[in-house]
Amino acid sequence: MSAKIERDAQGRKQARYTPWLLLVPGLLWLIWFFYLPLYSLFRMSLSTKPSRFAVPEFGWAWSNYSQAFSQYGAQFQRSFTYALAATIAALLIAYPIAYVIAFRGGRYRNVLLGLVVVPFFTNFLIRTLAWKTILGNQGPLINLLHTIGVLGPNETLLRTPIAVIGGLTYNFLPFMVLPIYVSLEKIDPRLLDAARDLYSHTWRGFRKIIIPLSLPGVFAGSLLVFIPAAGDFVNSYYLGNAKTTMIGSVVQDQFLVQNNYPIAAALSFVFIAIVMVVVAIYSRLLGTEEIA
Amino acid sequence: MSAVVGGAKKQREQYGTVTSPAGKLGRFIINLFAAGGLLYLFLPIFVIVAFSFNQPVGRFNAVWNRFTFDNWLHPFADQALVDALLLSLKVALLSTAVATVIGTFMAIGLVRYRFKGGGLVNFLLVLPLTAPEIVLGASLLTLFLAPTMLLFNISFSLGFATIVIAHIMFLVSYVALTVRARLRGFDWTLEDAAMDLGANPTRTFWRVTLPLITPGILAAALLSFALSIDDFIITYFVSGPSTTTFPVRIFGQSRTATPPQINVLSTMILLVSISILAIGTLVSARRTKRDSA
Repeated sequence: MSAKIERDAQGRKQARYTPWLLLVPGLLWLIWFFYLPLYSLFRMSLSTKPSRFAVPEFGWAWSNYSQAFSQYGAQFQRSFTYALAATIAALLIAYPIAYVIAFRGGRYRNVLLGLVVVPFFTNFLIRTLAWKTILGNQGPLINLLHTIGVLGPNETLLRTPIAVIGGLTYNFLPFMVLPIYVSLEKIDPRLLDAARDLYSHTWRGFRKIIIPLSLPGVFAGSLLVFIPAAGDFVNSYYLGNAKTTMIGSVVQDQFLVQNNYPIAAALSFVFIAIVMVVVAIYSRLLGTEEIA
Repeated sequence: MSAVVGGAKKQREQYGTVTSPAGKLGRFIINLFAAGGLLYLFLPIFVIVAFSFNQPVGRFNAVWNRFTFDNWLHPFADQALVDALLLSLKVALLSTAVATVIGTFMAIGLVRYRFKGGGLVNFLLVLPLTAPEIVLGASLLTLFLAPTMLLFNISFSLGFATIVIAHIMFLVSYVALTVRARLRGFDWTLEDAAMDLGANPTRTFWRVTLPLITPGILAAALLSFALSIDDFIITYFVSGPSTTTFPVRIFGQSRTATPPQINVLSTMILLVSISILAIGTLVSARRTKRDSA
C-alpha cells in the first residue's frame, strides 16, 4: 500500500506534475489578470487617440512617453518626495511602537498588536475624511496652533503638503509597524543577554545588536509604505490643494475623467519603471532577499 | 524544556531594565513615543465615532454641532449607502472564497513539492504585490476596455464581475504567501504516517493535512476579506458607472455630501471587527494554555 516516499531535508517530495495541478488555477488567474493587463497597458501606452471619443489605435507612438515626462515631471518628483517623507516619518513613529510591543509588551503583546491594527478596520477614505475634520479650519487643532503662535493668523493646516504627507504616513503606518515587530520578535533573547554583558550601556547594545537585526523588517516596511504612498491620490485629493497633485491623481484624471488612455498608460508605465528601479537600488543597499 | 523557554521569556521582558539614570530616561522616552504613536493611530477613530453622534449643519458632517442619537436611530437611512455596503460584502465574500481556495492550492504546491520552475512561480507570485494599486487598476481597465486577440477577444463589461476578478487577482498572492509562511515547518511526515496506517490520499488530506493547516488558511481568509472590503483604488478603476461599492460610494458622494450614516456604519463595522479579533485572541490564548498544560 504505502510506497516509500522520498523527501528532502524540508520534507518536500520530488514530483513532476502534481505541483503544477495545484498551481495552475492561481497562475492562470495571475497571468490573465495581472501579466496580460500589463501587456495591454504597454500597448495602450504606444497607441494614438486623436480625440476623446476616438478608439485608441496601436502605432508605436513613443511621443506619449516624452509628453508624459515633459508635462508631468513635477508630479512625478512630488510623488516620490512625498512618499519618501512619509516613509521616513512612518519609520520614526513605527519603530518605538514595534520596539515597546516586542520587548516590553510581555503578555499583552497580542492585545497591543491588535490595537495597532484596529484603526484600520475603518475604511481608508473615512479615516482620511476624519483627518480632514481634525486639520480643518474649524477644528480645535488649528485654533490651538494659532493661539500658541506656531501658525500665523492666515496660515492653515489643511490643503498643504504637510497635511498630505501626514495623511500618507497615517494610512500606511501598520505596514511599517508589523514587519519591524516581526523582525524584533525573532531576536534570540540570549543575544540580548550577550549584549548586556558586552556593552555596559544599553544604547550601544541597541545600536550594535537590535538595529542590525531589525533591518529586514525596516526594509520590508519601507517598501510596503513607499510603494502605495507614491501611487496614492486620495490623500492629495482630500487633504491637499491643486499644487499637491501626485502622479496617481494625474493617472486617475487622465484615465477616468479625460479618457486620454494612451497618456495615462504611458504615465503608469514610467511610474512602475521608476518604482522598480528604486526597489532594486534599495534592496542592493540593504541587501535582504526576503520581501514577503 | 518549557521551563527553559519560560526563563528565556522572562529575561527578554527584562531587557532594558537598567539602573543608570540615563538608561531610565531613555526607557521613559521610548515608552512615551510609543504611547504617542498609539494615540496618533486612534485620533481619527475617536473623531469618526464622535461624529456618528453629531447633528450635522448642512450636508457635510465635518464640523461639530450638537450631540444627537438620531443617526444611530436611523443607521440605514441612506439607502444608496446601504446598498453599496451590501455589494461590498458580496464582493468580499465571493472573492475571498475563490482567492483562498486557489491561493491555498498554490501554497501547498510550492511548499510540499520540489520541482523545476518553483523559483519562477515564486517570482510571478510576488511581483503583483510590489505593483502600485493605481497601476493594477489602470492595466486591468485597459484589458477590460480593449480585449486583445490573445484572449480570443473575450469582452468584459465593467461591473460586479470585473470587480470580483480584480479582487481575486490581488488577493491570490496575499493568500498564497500567508499560507506558505504558515506551512513552512509543517511536518509532512504526518501524511506518511496516516498513509502507513492505511488512509488513502484523499482521506489523509481531509483528516490530517487540512485540520492542521486550517488556522493558517483562516488567517489568510480574514486578511483577504479585510483587504477586499477596504479596497478603493483598484475598484474605482474597474467598477464602471453603475456598480458602486461602499468605498466608491463614499468617494463619489463626498464631493456633495457626507451623511452621518457613514460614521454610524463605520463604527458598526469597527465594533464587529474588534469582536472578531477579541474572540480570536481569546480562543487562541485558551488553546495555547490547554496545549501547554
